[in-house]
Amino acid sequence: MHDRVRIIQAVKKYKDLTAVNKVSLNVKAGEVVFIIGPSGSGKSTLLRCVNRLERLNSGQIWIDDAEVTNPKSDIRKIREEAGMVFQSFNLFPHLTALQNITLAPVSVLGLSKDETIEKGRRLLERVGLSDKEDSYPEQLSGGQQQRIAIARALAMEPKLMLFDEPTSALDPEMVKEVLDVMQDLAKEGMTMMIVSHEMGFARNAAHTVVFMDNGEIIEKGSPSDIFENPKEERTKKFLQHIL
Amino acid sequence: MAQINEKLRAALPKVTIEVSDGTLIPGKGDKTLFTAWRIAFFGAIATLIALPLLKPDPFKDIILFIPDGVITTFEVTFLAIFFSLIVGLLTGLGRISRIRPVNMIATVYVEVVRGIPLLVQLFYIYYALAKFVKVPDITAAIIGMTICYGAYIGEIFRAGILSVPKGQMEAALALGLSRSQAIRKVVLPQTVKIILPPLGNEFIALLKDSSLVSILAVADLLRRGREFASTSFDYFEAYTVVALVYLIITLFLSRIIGIIEERMKTNAR
Repeated sequence: MHDRVRIIQAVKKYKDLTAVNKVSLNVKAGEVVFIIGPSGSGKSTLLRCVNRLERLNSGQIWIDDAEVTNPKSDIRKIREEAGMVFQSFNLFPHLTALQNITLAPVSVLGLSKDETIEKGRRLLERVGLSDKEDSYPEQLSGGQQQRIAIARALAMEPKLMLFDEPTSALDPEMVKEVLDVMQDLAKEGMTMMIVSHEMGFARNAAHTVVFMDNGEIIEKGSPSDIFENPKEERTKKFLQHIL
Repeated sequence: MAQINEKLRAALPKVTIEVSDGTLIPGKGDKTLFTAWRIAFFGAIATLIALPLLKPDPFKDIILFIPDGVITTFEVTFLAIFFSLIVGLLTGLGRISRIRPVNMIATVYVEVVRGIPLLVQLFYIYYALAKFVKVPDITAAIIGMTICYGAYIGEIFRAGILSVPKGQMEAALALGLSRSQAIRKVVLPQTVKIILPPLGNEFIALLKDSSLVSILAVADLLRRGREFASTSFDYFEAYTVVALVYLIITLFLSRIIGIIEERMKTNAR
């Protein structure tokens, strides 16, 4: 499998704070990569650099043969192919669930309304919310909103999905419904980069776990490597806190 | 020390101070204000009906004389609202633009306009325009009001756009929308709801300020009153009617805005 995402010596600074420090990471097509680490470790920042919501100070990021970090690249094209799911869902509150899903396909891809509505309904079915197509975000629970947000990202048929703490804002009883949708996606072979603390889920779904601290990758390996035999002291400490 | 401040702040009541040029917007939530509105509104109407009945001379003549002025006042007001919404939207977008010259022009415009009294602006535009082109008085008045209120409404648009959470723009961009698509399809529709109440206030303020155009030989409500008084010398009576008519119009408008606000609160979309 070829590398879908290549992060090469990525550095992101905010004034005198180095949020991401010389991070290199490759993600293969179909790979599910979990990024864990204490808050402020730079994992969300790194993820947000992958679709250039944040710009790197130095280093490169590639998605297949498109260089994200090159200012000349068509960033819109790149973002179409890299779906993102946010911690706070960020659904559009003035649009219904279905309209949230169809907005981008209609206005970015220029697809016909009928076509996208058809597709939108299929996606709603896929995330188990067929009966909610006319609901507005405020009428939906957090878990439902996040599932709609996933469907919204999938509507662009991305080849990569970025999840930025997708379950952190959810009540515990709603976490599972979102993880189930993500699990299905992983099974279907979607390339996924997930920033999350759902260790149980990481064990089941991840191919690779990356531990970050202070803007650096401390350790990387299979879930069993990281969770059962962490080599680095900092990884051990972190896992003790969280498990 | 920081902790003490924290506590102090928590102990203080949360107050939002809203001051604007418009009338207070009566909502059903504020009983006193709503009652006050009723007293003022129905009192004004009753007085306006009673006066010509009790004292037909000169009140009946005044009331027959000023409707032209009311129409002119409405004309100036609505056209100025229409154009200042356009100018305001462009100004608001300019103020948040990342293109430096655009941002600068918009900001300087707002600063300059807000620093000059409307009456002075009106005089200036009226005579400055007259120097180069001949435009009808009413056109000059509408241009003047638009330039002034475009700046204020621009600030409302700007604040409204900025109050939409950053995540909305990010989510739109992450889906592949361009910045301008994101603003048009995601940010502005949400802005409209937020800015409707302050906009309504601004409209009422504009209606009241439209009385200033009477200085420019525009025969609005105030000027019609003055014209009547200057021939009959019934100053007291003429201005009483003028004041009552303004009061009725602004109170009526403020109630309509209050109703719209209540609707938006119960039906959050």
